[in-house]
Amino acid sequence: MLNEVLFFFEVLTDGLLAGTMYSLIALGFVLVYKASSTFNFAQGAMVFFAVLSFVGFMELGLPFVVAFVVTIFLMVLVGLLTEKLVLRPLVNQSEDTVLMATIGLGYILEGLAQATWGVEVRRLDLGIGDFPIEWIADNLKLFISPLDLAGGIVAAVMIIVLTFLFKYTKIGLGLRAIADDAGAASSIGIPLEHIMILVWSAAGVVALVAGCMWGARAGVQFALVGLALKALPVLIIGGFSSIPGAIIGGLMVGATEKILEVYIGPFFGGGIEGWAPYVMAVLFLLYRPEGLFGEKIIRRV
Amino acid sequence: MTYRKNDIRIFTILMVLAFFVVPNVVKSDYWYVAILIPWLCLSLAAIGQQIVMGYTGQLSLGAAGFMAAGAFACFNLVLRVPGIPFGVALTLSGLIAAMLGFLFGLPSLRVRGIYLMVATLASQFFIVWVIDKFDWFKNYDSSGIITAQSIVIMGKPFTSPVAMYLVVVVVVTFLTLIAMNMTRGSTGRNWMAVRDMDIAAESMGVSLLKTKLQAFAISAFYCGVAGALFAFTYLKSLEPAAFDISLSFKILFMVILGGLGTINGAFIGAGFILLFPVLLNTVGYNVFHGQIDATIISSIEQIVFGVLIIIFMIYEPQGMAKLWVTIKQKITLKFIASLKQKRKH
Repeated sequence: MLNEVLFFFEVLTDGLLAGTMYSLIALGFVLVYKASSTFNFAQGAMVFFAVLSFVGFMELGLPFVVAFVVTIFLMVLVGLLTEKLVLRPLVNQSEDTVLMATIGLGYILEGLAQATWGVEVRRLDLGIGDFPIEWIADNLKLFISPLDLAGGIVAAVMIIVLTFLFKYTKIGLGLRAIADDAGAASSIGIPLEHIMILVWSAAGVVALVAGCMWGARAGVQFALVGLALKALPVLIIGGFSSIPGAIIGGLMVGATEKILEVYIGPFFGGGIEGWAPYVMAVLFLLYRPEGLFGEKIIRRV
Repeated sequence: MTYRKNDIRIFTILMVLAFFVVPNVVKSDYWYVAILIPWLCLSLAAIGQQIVMGYTGQLSLGAAGFMAAGAFACFNLVLRVPGIPFGVALTLSGLIAAMLGFLFGLPSLRVRGIYLMVATLASQFFIVWVIDKFDWFKNYDSSGIITAQSIVIMGKPFTSPVAMYLVVVVVVTFLTLIAMNMTRGSTGRNWMAVRDMDIAAESMGVSLLKTKLQAFAISAFYCGVAGALFAFTYLKSLEPAAFDISLSFKILFMVILGGLGTINGAFIGAGFILLFPVLLNTVGYNVFHGQIDATIISSIEQIVFGVLIIIFMIYEPQGMAKLWVTIKQKITLKFIASLKQKRKH
């Protein structure tokens, strides 16, 4: 009995830790959504693009820190170009139009990344091990690696920074105003372009961080784009415009899919992880369309 | 339903082209096997996507899932029901896909936009997973790739490329006509009313429940039939992996680039998405003589698709179908202007 309980907790921790990784990706989505009520489908591609460029720069011989900074500049450039070439011409277009344009943006980034750096899977060594910490394994019977812990800490730091940014700074106030009504916000003098560039650059940096965590675990490869798709159910469960929602959604999705996979998966030959989050999101949608922490959407004719 | 004289003329020309000119002029099997058959199959799937997305305005990313359902339904029907006519099997597999479409369309009653897209992703991943994991669907074949049965109609085998092409053309023509009729009739008007403003449509007495679910079911029917044809005439094999998420994205792009809310946009878009990589590969091979890696060419292909999508979203959200109409109008205007000039002289 005790062993079964322990095993359950082991599975649960495993799932929760995977969940923080999903949250990291989901945060990038939330950032853009909160600022422009645009759903940025390219976020997954940005994760892939950012981390592949980072690894690529290091392969060129740049030291770790320099490569990181150069990649940040690159992501700022991507944000700048996105605002100038994609978002600005689409101001006042319907949400669906912008969404489809971001799908196009995602394709461009995926193609650029692979054309520049090649398609082979790369290893990324952050200097943080991905093996269980002995002390925790001995005393709590849980297998947690330093990388898991780092992922959790990075996620926590990012939530705190982003929450602070949105709640207590002038930029954050401007962001929320733009998300509410871009026209009205710019008419009272909020610099739309600057704030958009800022947000997209920030989303790029978040993508880089998420990509580093994922890359260190699973290798830097194209599959990262598919993993990023899993951030979608996370967002639906948590609510698109909520930073804590992204975290809790991520944890819920991570935990549930692991538990289902371990306890129900064997009956069907596994692979439940592939669709469980989406079905979970659908069930959630039927019950609570705005997500756990999302604002209720009221639409008028 | 009324048809303009012009419609009937265009239809007659297309039919003569499809049934008499092409089979007599095109002799190379390559054209049938690699271009005409997949183009027509994918166009049919794109019509399905068009119905749910272009006409009813419901973002959906599950087309390939429904295609997989149709393909495997057809395989199992032909396998397990002795002597079933191919047409019946095809219709039934469409209906099975339609039932799934109905089921996975249910979330559309409560959510829209990106939320709905995620819900349809569930159908995509779930259907392919079910087929992959339950060996019954694959007749307990361990290799993972099953050969599709050959098409037999009225006791005659349709195995040559031309014969298969004719089967596909007949089905696609028939279903396209039905789709056009639906979009021009009250069914299509309801779809478009829901697309343009669902709350307004509802307050005018259009039942959202009926309209949306109908659109999802009919869309899935088209995708299902398309999937069955795709597997039986183009792939000639069945494997769940052929119907993955990237195919769904491709069909989405066909509809976006071709032009949302037009039936001919589905054909234009499918043709473009299918032919563009062929063109790029040919150019890449002839200009650079194989010095460029195939992976780089496919990356370039991706970049160009992305750029095109953004350009179309910005400048011509109505896609290539609208572009074609504009060009046609300009040419006609020029022609009329030149006639007037001549008369003056």
